Amino acid sequence: MTVYLLRRIFQSLLVMVAMSLIVFVGVYAVGDPVEILISPDADQMERERAIKALGLDLPLWEQYGVFVWRALQGDLGRSFVYNEPALQLILQKMPATLELAFGSMFISILIGLPLGMYAGLRPDSAGSKVIMAGSILGFSLPTFWVGLMLIMVFAVQLGWLPSTGRGDTAEFLGLQWSFLTGNGLSHILLPAVNLALFKISLVIRLTRSGVRETMLMDYVKFARAKGLSPSRVTFVHVFKNILIPVVTVVGLELGSTIAFSVVTESVFAWPGMGKLIIDSINVLDRPVIVAYLMIIVVMFITINLIVDLLYSALDPRVRLEGKA
Amino acid sequence: MAWNLRTLVVFGALSLAGPPSIAPAVAQNLTMAVGAPVTSIDPHFHQLSPNNAVAAMIFDRLINTDGQSRMVPGLAESWTAVAPDVWEFKLRRGVRFHNGSEFTAEDVAFTFQRVPNVPNSPSSFAAFVRPMRSVEVVDSHTLRITTNGPYPLLPQDMTNLYILDRETHQGVTTEDFNSGRAAIGTGPYRMINHRMGDRIEFERNDQYFGERPAFARVNYRMITNDSARTAALLAGDVEFIDQVPTADLTRLRSDPRMAMSEVTGLRLIYLSFDHHRNEASPFVTDHEGRPIARNPLRDVRVRRALSMAIDRQAIVERVMEGAGTPSAQFFPPGVFSFIPDFPAARVDAEGARRLLTEAGFPQGFRITLHGPNDRYPNDGRVIQAIGQMWTRLGVRTAVEAQPWTTFVARAGRGEFSSFLIGWGSNPEGSHPLRNLIATPDRERGWGASNRGRYSNREIDQQLEAALREIYDTRREQMLIATQRAAFEDVAIVPLYIQTNIWAMRRNLQHASRTDELTRAQDVRPAAAR
Repeated sequence: MTVYLLRRIFQSLLVMVAMSLIVFVGVYAVGDPVEILISPDADQMERERAIKALGLDLPLWEQYGVFVWRALQGDLGRSFVYNEPALQLILQKMPATLELAFGSMFISILIGLPLGMYAGLRPDSAGSKVIMAGSILGFSLPTFWVGLMLIMVFAVQLGWLPSTGRGDTAEFLGLQWSFLTGNGLSHILLPAVNLALFKISLVIRLTRSGVRETMLMDYVKFARAKGLSPSRVTFVHVFKNILIPVVTVVGLELGSTIAFSVVTESVFAWPGMGKLIIDSINVLDRPVIVAYLMIIVVMFITINLIVDLLYSALDPRVRLEGKA
Repeated sequence: MAWNLRTLVVFGALSLAGPPSIAPAVAQNLTMAVGAPVTSIDPHFHQLSPNNAVAAMIFDRLINTDGQSRMVPGLAESWTAVAPDVWEFKLRRGVRFHNGSEFTAEDVAFTFQRVPNVPNSPSSFAAFVRPMRSVEVVDSHTLRITTNGPYPLLPQDMTNLYILDRETHQGVTTEDFNSGRAAIGTGPYRMINHRMGDRIEFERNDQYFGERPAFARVNYRMITNDSARTAALLAGDVEFIDQVPTADLTRLRSDPRMAMSEVTGLRLIYLSFDHHRNEASPFVTDHEGRPIARNPLRDVRVRRALSMAIDRQAIVERVMEGAGTPSAQFFPPGVFSFIPDFPAARVDAEGARRLLTEAGFPQGFRITLHGPNDRYPNDGRVIQAIGQMWTRLGVRTAVEAQPWTTFVARAGRGEFSSFLIGWGSNPEGSHPLRNLIATPDRERGWGASNRGRYSNREIDQQLEAALREIYDTRREQMLIATQRAAFEDVAIVPLYIQTNIWAMRRNLQHASRTDELTRAQDVRPAAAR
């Protein structure tokens, strides 16, 4: 077990080094942050001063060396644009993204699971055909378009919900959360639904195929033959067994929702990490880009680790000591 | 129930007055949304329009600017050149910072010291204090600035520097401004809350020395997505937006609930050519794709032909939906050093073809026109339109639009043969001339944005003379002559000047600004319509 953990940690370090190198070289290849940040009427002297102030006058390998040295001391650098520590900037934006991701997760399970069950139990009914066709739309419609449509319908035409932004927040555990206030909830609903759309379809399809497979299993037939009520068969025997793959996939989806809700966040002007990273890429704010990707790498590695550990706990046949 | 005359009169009066809630109850709060994020509250950290707009709400300058970008007294009541190289500023008395501290000449001297010393600044304001040789505090409200030689632009420079308080801002950092601790100025609004990249909340400064702003509280939101910003206005979440996308103009103009505010700005969209290669230019070839030994763009006849082939009116009307004005020069009428009798060139395909033939290219050639696709409204579509117009002339044009981040670096390295770019001017001819037309020269700080490397000794000399001329009327004539010379030599190809557009609920009105700044003090409740 310890060997396995050490090995995973070593692997993640390797990934982080590779990631930071790629970002450094990538930003260097794309363009010059100073050209983008500097006022157009700055003269040559001012340009040189800015290049020096941001540490971009050093050769690339030296810039990278400085970064690694500081990173080892826990300092991921200061944003070129905001002049604040990159890590702090990202962590400030994290609660907004987290609540959006969990909100959309919650919605996708709440809607996807029952619909998927229905479609699995009555595959030939008209209702389940509508559900399956709908889930194709959920997969294929582009997020930004759906987002704008949601705004046009529910905010502009009907006026039921606010169009953009993050509403009032309340403090909890020292951080600002908007799901604790009514106004905040009304703001989170549309972006969360937008983000959930794809996942609803995913959950519907997973659940449906799980149900259909499980219904043919011998133990289900046996339970029926024993004379158990249909609802007991469905909600106890079938439900429990289809839940395992659904939970796994949804868990992994959570990671990518936290990391890459960029489109939804910018359409809804949601002040989360995704909006920060896209703004930072637009101005080549390298410290923020690097720090963000570092955090994402750590997060994915952690999630995967937890999933692995859970597997071995759930299923004794999986052994971690062996090949990772 | 007996209806009598009195009830009727009472009901009649009520119905005339309308429901009481709509009557004169003047709104106290304003929610506005801007399209570009504010990156810092520190007024000396990052020279960027959105930051300057917010700084102009919290702080003041010695010389403020009105909607037409003309200088008006700010913290200085008057300014005169007492000698060619000495400017004297008489400061306003009785002005207090938001924390009660009094404004004096010492504060100005302190500000000038801080400006070049803000750590990690990606674009500082240092250039505005560099011409100063010494700053002398004559008395508590008189300041004398000695410059390195005659420097007529000092007052113009002062419209860029926001004044801080020596007592309050000693040793404060950029983070102190962002957190609100140091966001203390003399301006019409005080900042009460700031969420980076999301919103800033303001409260009116009732002690402000200038005109009192109409709204007591302002929520200043940043919605960078164009469609989302328009939607927020339509949904009523915000009452005022800037940078209205041209695609939404028709819809908003026809919406009876909305009002618009428009003004021809100071941002010129233009084409720049490769001037510095005598030999083959990288993106110019003959029709067989072979490089042309000498760079045709060095020939003024070729440049003029390319300019004459462009139908600016069509671009402005069809591509820009009317949100621009065709122009042959940097400025719209009314701006200092605008060239009168210099109309935007009309399309002249015949003349253009003749010029090309004279220049030795009767069959034309091939060229690639570069440009950004995410910087200016419709930039990618504008270069496509120009590509078609050039191709019709016989200059077969390939168009390549790319993201600003890559485009600007390559343009700066002189990699392109021709490209589209924009320039927001200060309202003074020497500003664009010095930056875009003058020969690049590190010592003088000239030509830093002259990406085509145009170089013309005569124009440089004329500009140099104008920059030493302290009298405005004479300087204006000199600058007009210099600009005329530059445009007659087709140093750049001006296309159109962008229109700045704001949209708002019908019950508001806005004093538009040529400098594109979006500030709460410019918004008022509309007079009854």
